[in-house]
Amino acid sequence: MISKIKVRELTIHFGKFRALNNLSLDIHENEILSVIGPANSGKTSFLRALNRLNDFEPQMKMSGSIRLDDKDIQTDIEAEELRKRVGMIFALPIPLPLSIHDNITYGPRLAGIHDKRRLDRIVEESLKAAYLWDEVKERLRSSALKLSGGQQQRLCIARTLALKPEVILFDEPCSGLDPISTAKVEDSMMELRKSHTIVLVTNNTKQAARVGMRTAFFLTGELVEIDSTDRIFTAPSDSRTNDYIIGRFG
Amino acid sequence: MKNEIVKEKIGFGVLLAATLFIVIPVLLIIWLIISKGWSALSLEFLFTMPRNGMRAGGIFPAIVGTFYLVITSIAFSLPIGVAAAIYLSEYAKDNLLTRIINLAIINLAGVSSVVFGLFGLSLFVVFLKFGVSIISGALTLGIMALPVIITTAREALRAVPKSYREVSFSLGASRWQTIRHSVLPHALPGILTGAILSIGRVAGETAPILFTVAAFYLPQLPHSLRDQVMALPYHLYIMTTQIPGIPENYRYGTALVLVGLVLIMNVTAVVIRSKFRKKK
Repeated sequence: MISKIKVRELTIHFGKFRALNNLSLDIHENEILSVIGPANSGKTSFLRALNRLNDFEPQMKMSGSIRLDDKDIQTDIEAEELRKRVGMIFALPIPLPLSIHDNITYGPRLAGIHDKRRLDRIVEESLKAAYLWDEVKERLRSSALKLSGGQQQRLCIARTLALKPEVILFDEPCSGLDPISTAKVEDSMMELRKSHTIVLVTNNTKQAARVGMRTAFFLTGELVEIDSTDRIFTAPSDSRTNDYIIGRFG
Repeated sequence: MKNEIVKEKIGFGVLLAATLFIVIPVLLIIWLIISKGWSALSLEFLFTMPRNGMRAGGIFPAIVGTFYLVITSIAFSLPIGVAAAIYLSEYAKDNLLTRIINLAIINLAGVSSVVFGLFGLSLFVVFLKFGVSIISGALTLGIMALPVIITTAREALRAVPKSYREVSFSLGASRWQTIRHSVLPHALPGILTGAILSIGRVAGETAPILFTVAAFYLPQLPHSLRDQVMALPYHLYIMTTQIPGIPENYRYGTALVLVGLVLIMNVTAVVIRSKFRKKK
């Protein structure tokens, strides 16, 4: 198994609040790693450290290292370059107030791709990979805001895919979606796993159990345990993991 | 229970009365200048030079002068104001310098307009040797308009949800690309609101143009930004206080034209703004 991302002794503070404490783990290539844990467990801070989105928090302090393909993401890779390689899907679908087509080409255009045919091809490929093509192929020029919530979230996935990322971070991507839309997003995640490394932060333990190959349990900024999803959900080695999964807290 | 309903009705009535109280002066002003000024309006009044010591003829040069002043000052203050607002909202860290800048903006908004006039006289007219000219007057008016433009633009930028920035960053955009393509389009309607507010202020101010641009009587149109012009608010002041024997409807007609000109420019800006809103 190849490690795509290596996190070592990662500690993150926001002002005086310690969001993550001395966290080390590996993320394997082409796996879906689910991260579960109650509120304030640091799972979102962890995710946002992986594409350096935490950098925009004025009070953020970080120590430890994160390596992507053995390159330190703080020092060896430009932040903009990193974010093209490590895409992110947010909790709420946020289409930019542009057409479907322009939403998807936003990243590629800013990256300097202006050839129309190439952009059209990117749009089609990305929408197909996000299982949205058939629903929108007739109205690519209409506003993305007219799509339903589930379609918007798949549009956001397509928009991220347009940059051909190697890693995709999902930050509670289905928290605002109905079960059918959720199933569609999960389907696309399973499909994307074949060619991408995926980290899924979720409050929904059942979702973690459904799609995660491995699952990490975070509590108050610390990694309690990480193991294959089967083990975490059937025979966790730490009693706190068990308590969380069966709903005793969180 | 019944008592509560009565109380609520009284409270509601008081609020309604206060609201109507604001509307009354507006309606009265409009009624006054229309009823007394409407009879002065004619093509001759709008499009010819004043004659007979301004007691006859039109106010065309003052209309043109005010139009020039508004356009020139907004062309100067809108880009500078928006640039400053972008810096303050997107780049500036919360440090001593930023606090001093913010304090300066607030104080600039509090300076009375005649002081701006005096400042314009000493800086633009005398020191920079622009002379009494459109450029001096427009720069003075522009500086006066800056605090409103900066403040509204900054608030409009801050009102853009953080999530839009994060989405853009997460797609590999740089800070400037994010501002240019994701934040500014969202803030544009709000920024234009600031511009609209300042158009009214700039067009109507008398004191800042008194020493810097306004001509008492100049029956010709300006040829360049270095020329003096007549302007509507100053013309109104002169007609009301300096020249005896002017027909009353000339004064109110001038006021009507001033209000109308501001209205037309505002409507234009509002139309542009709603175009941008619709694009969303």
